[in-house]
Amino acid sequence: MQSIVEFKNIYKAYPGVTANDDVSFNIKEQSIHAILGENGAGKSTLVKILYGHVKPDSGEILINSDLAIINSPSTAKNLGINMVFQHFSLFESLTVAENLILGMNENISLVKLKDKSKTICDKYGFNLNLNSPISSLSVGQRQSVEIVRSLLNNPRILIMDEPTSVLTPDEISKLFKIIKNLVKDGLTVIFISHKLEEIINLSDYVTIMRNGKVVSTISTQNEDPETLGYKMLGYKVSKAKQVSDINFSKDIFNIKNLSTQSQDPFTINLNTIDLNLKKGQIFGIAGVAGNGQKELMEILLNENDYEFSGDIIFKGLNINNLSTFQRKSLSISYVTEERLGHSAVPEMSLSENIFLSMNHKSEFKKGDFINFEKINSYASDVIKNFNVDTPSYNVKAGKLSGGNLQKFIIGREILSNPELLILSQPTWGIDAGSEAFIKKTIVELSQKGVSIIIISHDLDELLEVCHQISVLYEGSLSNPLNVEDINITKLGKYMGGLFD
Amino acid sequence: MSIELIIGILNIVLISTTPLVFAGIGELVTEKSGVLNLGLEGLMLVGAVTGFITLVITGNYFYSLFLSIISGVILSGIFAFLVLNLMTNQIATGLALTIFGIGLSAMLGKKFGGTPIDGLNPYYFIVISFLLVFFVAYFLSKTKTGLIVRAVGENHNSAYALGYNVIKTRYLTIIFGGVMSSLAGYYISICYAPMWQEGMTAGRGWIALALVVFATWKPWRLLVGAYIFGGVAIMQMNLQAIGVKLPGQFFNMMPYLATIIVLVFISSNKLRLKLSAPSSLNIPFEKNQ
Repeated sequence: MQSIVEFKNIYKAYPGVTANDDVSFNIKEQSIHAILGENGAGKSTLVKILYGHVKPDSGEILINSDLAIINSPSTAKNLGINMVFQHFSLFESLTVAENLILGMNENISLVKLKDKSKTICDKYGFNLNLNSPISSLSVGQRQSVEIVRSLLNNPRILIMDEPTSVLTPDEISKLFKIIKNLVKDGLTVIFISHKLEEIINLSDYVTIMRNGKVVSTISTQNEDPETLGYKMLGYKVSKAKQVSDINFSKDIFNIKNLSTQSQDPFTINLNTIDLNLKKGQIFGIAGVAGNGQKELMEILLNENDYEFSGDIIFKGLNINNLSTFQRKSLSISYVTEERLGHSAVPEMSLSENIFLSMNHKSEFKKGDFINFEKINSYASDVIKNFNVDTPSYNVKAGKLSGGNLQKFIIGREILSNPELLILSQPTWGIDAGSEAFIKKTIVELSQKGVSIIIISHDLDELLEVCHQISVLYEGSLSNPLNVEDINITKLGKYMGGLFD
Repeated sequence: MSIELIIGILNIVLISTTPLVFAGIGELVTEKSGVLNLGLEGLMLVGAVTGFITLVITGNYFYSLFLSIISGVILSGIFAFLVLNLMTNQIATGLALTIFGIGLSAMLGKKFGGTPIDGLNPYYFIVISFLLVFFVAYFLSKTKTGLIVRAVGENHNSAYALGYNVIKTRYLTIIFGGVMSSLAGYYISICYAPMWQEGMTAGRGWIALALVVFATWKPWRLLVGAYIFGGVAIMQMNLQAIGVKLPGQFFNMMPYLATIIVLVFISSNKLRLKLSAPSSLNIPFEKNQ
């Protein structure tokens, strides 16, 4: 088999970071080629360069041994390169048919489009309703739309950027079957992932990237997750293992019969959610994104006066009508999903960000003025205790890397001595070192008697740190499972909604 | 009221509302692609004065129409360059364009105030304005290019990722909006008035802007809305003529009041806002480098 894509000395730098440093490797025709690396290793930048979305500073790309100058996505598409994006590039208020038409290179009548997309759907087992608006589709269905849209152009090369990060285990195995069939029919698939097992199961070859550089390009045949993981990180990560058999006794937080009845089709309605959290327990809420996590978090935070029925009880007190700051004063702390713009203001310094989250505490104020001495020393403590890599507390929050900012935010909340800590996607999109540190911190915190709720799409993370896990599916929360009794098949069924 | 009077009033409504339809439908297309152009009033005034001066000097209707349109292309092209290439703030740039247009038209037209001309028959333009609404409605909902315009306004990052030229699309819709505004101005100084007077568009650019929101970005509703707004303005004169004692300011306020009510109505519900307003409106597009 000959090479269909050759990267030659690709170099791309952003201010302060080299995303791709002298990247060279080949991709064989009709193969599944994985690109593996941590967040920030340069995988996405590299495929965006191939897709014409990002311009490299130097270097060349050869397609079928011919030099290709790809300076926009439309040039890439003319060369037969299509891409399925990690954050979908669909238009929410338009219908499936309109989205498909927008992805096509040629002009096509609606009737012809229906024929063509039906052929593809039948052949590979997709199920699409052309007239539904995108906003009414589940995440898995949206991805199907993206893939069908790419296939309509008869591509030779299909790039998939972290396609499994939003799917249930069932949907993932279905997707893998489809990818293998596509390759049989002549397609070359470039598959980006940081999940080791997936790569070994699916791909023929893997290029491992670290800090913008290619570590090696190898066949996946003789690899296992451990050897591959070591090559990706360059060091071994120790897992934070939760001590499982503890008898929890004291109730600290309860949700009873929580339901919402919103008419907005862009939100998920929560359906009689019950949850019981004991002192010192870590409770995981698993599930694919878009099943009500956002809505549940909004109610727990009470930022937007979300209407709901049911009761939220913290240490015997009904907190339904308490504001965010009132809840914080009762020693509940929050870490929300969006680091920049929600947990922290990017344009403000770390100290100022401390104050914004803690201004319910009188110790940070002098009358109506900010007590900078106090918040600066608090910020220094966070930086020191939580290994935040920053020159000072005067640095703007937006300048920190994802991992460092997340350590700072979690540290900020933990140092305020919460009794209940609610975290949403605590390790999403951060480097493995910070991830391991945060997991360790969470486990240690629970051992000191703090109760923790983690809402996360990352099953591995939940299995590693939690005592109990429930699955959120279309607004309903499953019965809790003890982590030691869980197997992945059962959890997969739960994530597909198969629980009572 | 006699039949003649009613027909007379309808006739006046028809004649006086047309500039709102022109400017409104142009702005609607611009906003559908995600750009807010607050410069309508300025574009209309410059279009009006350019057409008027050309007509006085050359006596040729075709030249005057042509140059009026060119003025719209140039001014909206400058606006497009500023907001699309230099990524200036759309609101500030639009306001600046209005202020600039008011000043420029006053300066150019200084010597021509009160010069008499033979006006054009407004009915041609009225027919064209109806056809235009039909054309824009068809274009946006049925053609692929129209779909691309909506896609760019809905999510410019996705549109770019699919290979569409966001900047070029927006240049075209901004210039279309600019040409429509200068046509509206041309109509006012050549057909409706016909004369030149400083600031003679009298806030119609702002009403057209309000109209787009009032119509929740839908062409046919814009046409209906334009005639409601236009009708209210004419009603004011007639009601005063038959002796109803309501202050004129009350009627002048009506279009804006109606727009505020519509805005409150559509923003009271997140869903309604999401389904009606183009999601990328007023958000600058930055290409990945």
